[in-house]
Amino acid sequence: MVNQSVLAGAGRHGGSIYRQWCGDMKIVVLLKEVPDTYGDRKLDLDSGIADRAASDALTDEVDERALELAITYADSHSDTEVVVVTMAPASAAVSMRKALAIGGTSVVHVADDRLAGADTGLTAEVLSAAVARAGYDLIIAGNVSTDGYGGVVPAMMAERLGIPQATNLEAVQIYPDHVEGKRATETGLYTVSAPLPALISVTEKLPEVRFAGFKGIMAAKKKPYESLSLDDLGVVVDDETAARSIVVAVAERPARTAGVIVVDEGTAGEQLADFLIQNRLV
Amino acid sequence: MSQNPILVFVETTPDGTVAKSAAGLLGAAAAIGEPTALIVTAPGLSAAAASAVAQLGAMRVLTVEDLRLTDTFIAPLVDALAAAFENVEPDAVLLSNSVDGRDLAARFAVRAGLALAVDAVALSRDEEGVVASHSVYGGAYNVDSAVTSGAFVVTVRQGAIDARAEAQEPVVESLTVAPSNTPAATITDFEPLISNATRPDLRGAAKVVSGGRGLQSAEKFVLVEELADSLGAAVGASRAAVDAGYVPQSYQVGQTGVSVSPQLYIALGISGAIQHRAGMQTAKTIVAINKDADAPIFQIADFGIVGDVFSVVPQLISSLESRKA
Ligand SMILES: Cc1cc2nc3c(=O)[nH]c(=O)nc-3n(C[C@H](O)[C@H](O)[C@H](O)COP(=O)(O)OP(=O)(O)OC[C@H]3O[C@@H](n4cnc5c(N)ncnc54)[C@H](O)[C@@H]3O)c2cc1C
Repeated sequence: MVNQSVLAGAGRHGGSIYRQWCGDMKIVVLLKEVPDTYGDRKLDLDSGIADRAASDALTDEVDERALELAITYADSHSDTEVVVVTMAPASAAVSMRKALAIGGTSVVHVADDRLAGADTGLTAEVLSAAVARAGYDLIIAGNVSTDGYGGVVPAMMAERLGIPQATNLEAVQIYPDHVEGKRATETGLYTVSAPLPALISVTEKLPEVRFAGFKGIMAAKKKPYESLSLDDLGVVVDDETAARSIVVAVAERPARTAGVIVVDEGTAGEQLADFLIQNRLV
Repeated sequence: MSQNPILVFVETTPDGTVAKSAAGLLGAAAAIGEPTALIVTAPGLSAAAASAVAQLGAMRVLTVEDLRLTDTFIAPLVDALAAAFENVEPDAVLLSNSVDGRDLAARFAVRAGLALAVDAVALSRDEEGVVASHSVYGGAYNVDSAVTSGAFVVTVRQGAIDARAEAQEPVVESLTVAPSNTPAATITDFEPLISNATRPDLRGAAKVVSGGRGLQSAEKFVLVEELADSLGAAVGASRAAVDAGYVPQSYQVGQTGVSVSPQLYIALGISGAIQHRAGMQTAKTIVAINKDADAPIFQIADFGIVGDVFSVVPQLISSLESRKA
């Protein structure tokens, strides 16, 4: 197994002919731990950083669908390795073990206190370094996270790694030497194809993740789990010259309150028409 | 040399039509500096787009015609934007927070070594430069961001900017771009989305009527469309309605769908799960009709009706029709 330690022109094997011939495939799945959207999510009003203590953390749902896609491919291609890569506080290990129980091969977990409040550029830099170190043929991410709602880290990584990207895919076919998918945009549906190594991101149209079975949970305990710091990756955070996006103000919006509630006794439609007309909403 | 130049990337469809987002982007740019627009089209299509963009307020228009555009994904746009950035030396680069806009912004920011902020709902300036405002966690927080150094790359939420720039006489220059030859994905097919020409777009609509699982089927979802058409509103949906196949995914309002901030939002047969509320709770007035009095949507409704959509909505429509007459 050859590991990749340079950023550019990555992919473990130089040529697709070798890959086809040898049939193995290394898929990296990027998982992000986010505050549970079912709970109350809070921002720290001084720093503008997510208040992680305020809500339960879990793997973002769309990232789980990315994992499911990789594992489904591995189900029918036994030479497939599925490496889960995350950048998160050490506490995210619980979520990452779950990914192993579902069928991931190994975890690479970048945890470093200096990364609290990292912007998208720094996040992409760190993840690119981690992914390049692990080696990959295909990188799969979720299209947009439910907390940051950025949806830019995957494409930033593709630029850093010098590989093609196909983002926002709502259907995907993985082949030994390329990947194809349906990319939904505001203007239409594109069919796109990229030679490996490549990066894709997927939407919530993809199938939900499977449940972990007892055997999987037991097996997960023995699977490789690598924890890395920024120093291991050679990434410098406090580079004064780097352009970063920073939070300069945070304010909480007043919560909405309930208004008039009527129980329909046969005239509610008319009452609503009155309300809309009085408020000049028609 | 212009004062505080702002570079705006204007999206076009494959046939060269300027995207609807252009008006808001140029409006936002004009409020913080002098807008220069960049248009990238297939050969022969830039002239019409350039004059449309000047009409929307671009003081200068840079055009790039690139043959690769029809089959090469994103890479030609990144090359063109990098070249335009060198030419304009702007204080900020604005793009639409669309699927394509985000990809382009991401790749360009890395290539140019610039900081990126996404999904801004407003732009302003302070002593130190351009500030982007964001509505975070479904509108629960307002967050302002800025850069530590360099020009700010910002994607702007579609439909969030009401300001419009004054029309300009077209000043058009064609830009020469050196292709970077970065490996790129190939586009093998494109099916344009057939949008309903008579109905407003969900993004930026002043009124939205959305339907949920309570509508029961695609056939019965027509009731939502009837009310929307009688109000001149856009049509939205909950994720459950999308998952059940009543309407396409592009209708989804919420956490993982579209975020809307209309004057009026009417939720029909929608329970009001927190992920749905995240995409609509900044609406000015919220109306909800649901047969379950305990549905969480009522906690944020200005006017709520506990009732059956299949009897209340037809009565509402006929009542509105009779008063219009
Ligand atoms: C990560 C994540 C992201 C998500 N993103 C989104 C998102 O972007 N948008 C979104 O909407 N959801 C999203 N969801 C899903 C969300 O949690 C809810 O499941 C969904 O919003 C429910 O849709 P609904 O209200 O239509 O369905 P239900 O919750 O099933 O509600 C249907 C409602 O219809 C009412 N009803 C039934 N019949 C009638 C009738 N005849 N007349 C009147 N009322 C009737 C019922 O009382 C009920 O309240 C997300 C979930 C997760 C985990």
